[in-house]
Amino acid sequence: MSASSPTAELPVPTSADPPAALPRLLAGIHGERPLTLSEHLDQHGEAPPAGGGGRSRSRARARELIEEVEASGLRGCGGGGFPTAVKLRSVAAARGRAVVVVNAVEAEPPSTKDRTLLQLAPHLVLDGAILAAEALRADEVVVATGEHAGGSSAAAYAAIEERAAVGGHGRVALTLAAVKGGYVAGQESALISGLEGREALPTFTPPLPFERGLHKRPTLVNNAETLAHLALIARHGARWFRTLGTEAHPGSALVTLSGPVVYPGVYEIEAGSSLSSLIDAAGGTTRGVRGALTGGYAGSWVPASAITELVLSRDGLPAAGGSFGAGIVLLLSDDACPVAETVRLSRWLAGQSARQCGPCVHGLPAIADALAALASGEHRDGSERRLRTLFGLASGRGACAHPDGAVRVIASALRAFTEDFEDHRLNGPCERCSRAGELPLPPRPGPSREARGARRAGP
Amino acid sequence: MSGLLATTGPSVLWYLTRATGAVALLLLTGSLVLGIADVRRLSSASWPRFVVDSLHRSVSLLALVFLVVHILTSVLDSYVSISVVNAVVPFTGSYRPLWLGLGAVSFDLMVAVVITSLLRGRVGYRAWRAVHWAAYACWPLALVHGLGTGSDVKSSWLLVLSVVCALAVLAAVLSRVLSGWPAGAPGRRAALAVTAAFTVFVLAWLPIGPLGSEWARRSGTPSSLLSHTTSATSSSTGSTR
Amino acid sequence: MSHHVRVNPITCEAHGICAELLPERITLDEWGYPIVDEATLHGEELDHARRAARACPTLALLLQRERSKSRV
Repeated sequence: MSASSPTAELPVPTSADPPAALPRLLAGIHGERPLTLSEHLDQHGEAPPAGGGGRSRSRARARELIEEVEASGLRGCGGGGFPTAVKLRSVAAARGRAVVVVNAVEAEPPSTKDRTLLQLAPHLVLDGAILAAEALRADEVVVATGEHAGGSSAAAYAAIEERAAVGGHGRVALTLAAVKGGYVAGQESALISGLEGREALPTFTPPLPFERGLHKRPTLVNNAETLAHLALIARHGARWFRTLGTEAHPGSALVTLSGPVVYPGVYEIEAGSSLSSLIDAAGGTTRGVRGALTGGYAGSWVPASAITELVLSRDGLPAAGGSFGAGIVLLLSDDACPVAETVRLSRWLAGQSARQCGPCVHGLPAIADALAALASGEHRDGSERRLRTLFGLASGRGACAHPDGAVRVIASALRAFTEDFEDHRLNGPCERCSRAGELPLPPRPGPSREARGARRAGP
Repeated sequence: MSGLLATTGPSVLWYLTRATGAVALLLLTGSLVLGIADVRRLSSASWPRFVVDSLHRSVSLLALVFLVVHILTSVLDSYVSISVVNAVVPFTGSYRPLWLGLGAVSFDLMVAVVITSLLRGRVGYRAWRAVHWAAYACWPLALVHGLGTGSDVKSSWLLVLSVVCALAVLAAVLSRVLSGWPAGAPGRRAALAVTAAFTVFVLAWLPIGPLGSEWARRSGTPSSLLSHTTSATSSSTGSTR
Repeated sequence: MSHHVRVNPITCEAHGICAELLPERITLDEWGYPIVDEATLHGEELDHARRAARACPTLALLLQRERSKSRV
């Protein structure tokens, strides 16, 4: 597919038919093993180049790709929901040779979509990363996986080797990197720190990664799913992308559904579809449902009464008090106590603090203590007021959004389960409190600088 | 000018050198005590944190000013041959090279500490803090320098001053090491050991050193100056050169 | 050119000198950490802010210029 004139037109879209509906990202996948390069090409066709072929042509191609991404309305799928085209433009405008980082760290315990996507369709993710790299004239792509990568790491590695065997990918070097760390390791600046060999803890911004990131270069950090969408948009166009989804949240989305359903796991849905249709697709519920944690551990609780109305999109969920986040829906069964789960969650979130900023180091444990006091019925009065004060003190005063997310999710629990909290405040623990927790709270390592937080506290 | 001021006895410059040296030691003591109060975040209603901090900075600068005058007067004083180079490059020169040199080391460290402090914004916090640790070395070097080179070291006022300063520094440093050390931070035992070792050293050295006999000769005073010790400079301070 | 103060929360070690020198904009929370009003500084406040930024023992208090809206 060559263009004959220097002012190149975009090459004609690929030989494969654009998928009519779902699945898109998960099209053609096998149960457990990744798609090989040839299977991937059979399924999706060749990716059009986003660079190369002479200076003005490569610039035209890059511009076209970014405009197509902008027209598609693609936003980041890692939880932030930032417009991808804006990010691309920011990195393109920054000085220095760019680098692309694929964020597959996925440090949210209830989320498995990124490692699943990377494991089953690694070439789609790599395509997106390489296309972005070509459009940004970057010479390097780093695929970053986290502590619980499992088979996705090997799949990514094998995919990189496959490409190298057939002549590589032009000027773009592909590397795989494992980042060790806890919950905050997936945050952009923390991820970059981890990739540079330091602890994966957030840094003070500005400068933001798009201007000075990995090794001081302008860095595009994108979630793995975002880049997979980009790979399909480059092939089939923005209009095709928008044939699914809503105006505010176009396209398809990966969602990790967990809890009392027959088939928990990763689903590709049309953005804007209902939670009930997803639960149906997952075989229905196996027990009663008490509530749903949407958006992950920095998201929002929704009580059972509101679940039937829930619409899974970036605008639909907040309208009902939930949040989309990184496409996480965790159903809580009615065997569990939402108050006890919230107390456990708050303790875990406090333990996952990077311990760099006073308001988080002190605020989150104080919130956990106040919640525990409320839940145990020990302090009948004042706990709620104390919590509100602490919420204000912990929010917006750290280097990253971890304390803000913790406050959000805990405040949402107080709203969604008002009666349960009131009951515990007056009467103490219920008989479900002592059951094993349903929220996955793995003992992720906290930062090693235990003493630092203590030192900050005073003389 | 030094020719006009020179006499067979102690000149104005010599008095100035000795006085500014003593004041510099006093101010350096104040700076160290305030610095420790600062890092330990000690404050009260009448001594807010910003006062302790800014007093520490001012006293340190003043100490450096007196130190510079001290050096200038000692250089200008023609009785003893000390050049500017001797004052800044340690252990050069003919007059009590070791003991004078310790003063030069102390001065060099102080200059480094003060310059990085004045340029803190450019140097960055971590680099500034790293250099600032050297400030702890300035004081003991200055004390030993003063006791070793001071030609009237046996005079009671100088000894009293040294003891008072030493006690203040010892109290401040012990408070830092014993109650003001961040939990888990390394180096506490080493700091305690160094403090103890220095204290023992001074206590052992004083009687056999500066307070012992013929210190002027043993400390490296050039022999041409030693022959003047018998002349009529027996002021009440019992000074020798 | 408008200025405002901002704290680098990672470098801040709760010395509290900033709150003493710029009480109009900075108060301390119950753990000694600064709560900063980042609104634009006017007149004398700007001088006090400069002094406070210089006085911060860890250089955590920053005096920043307002970013003009036209930049991305």
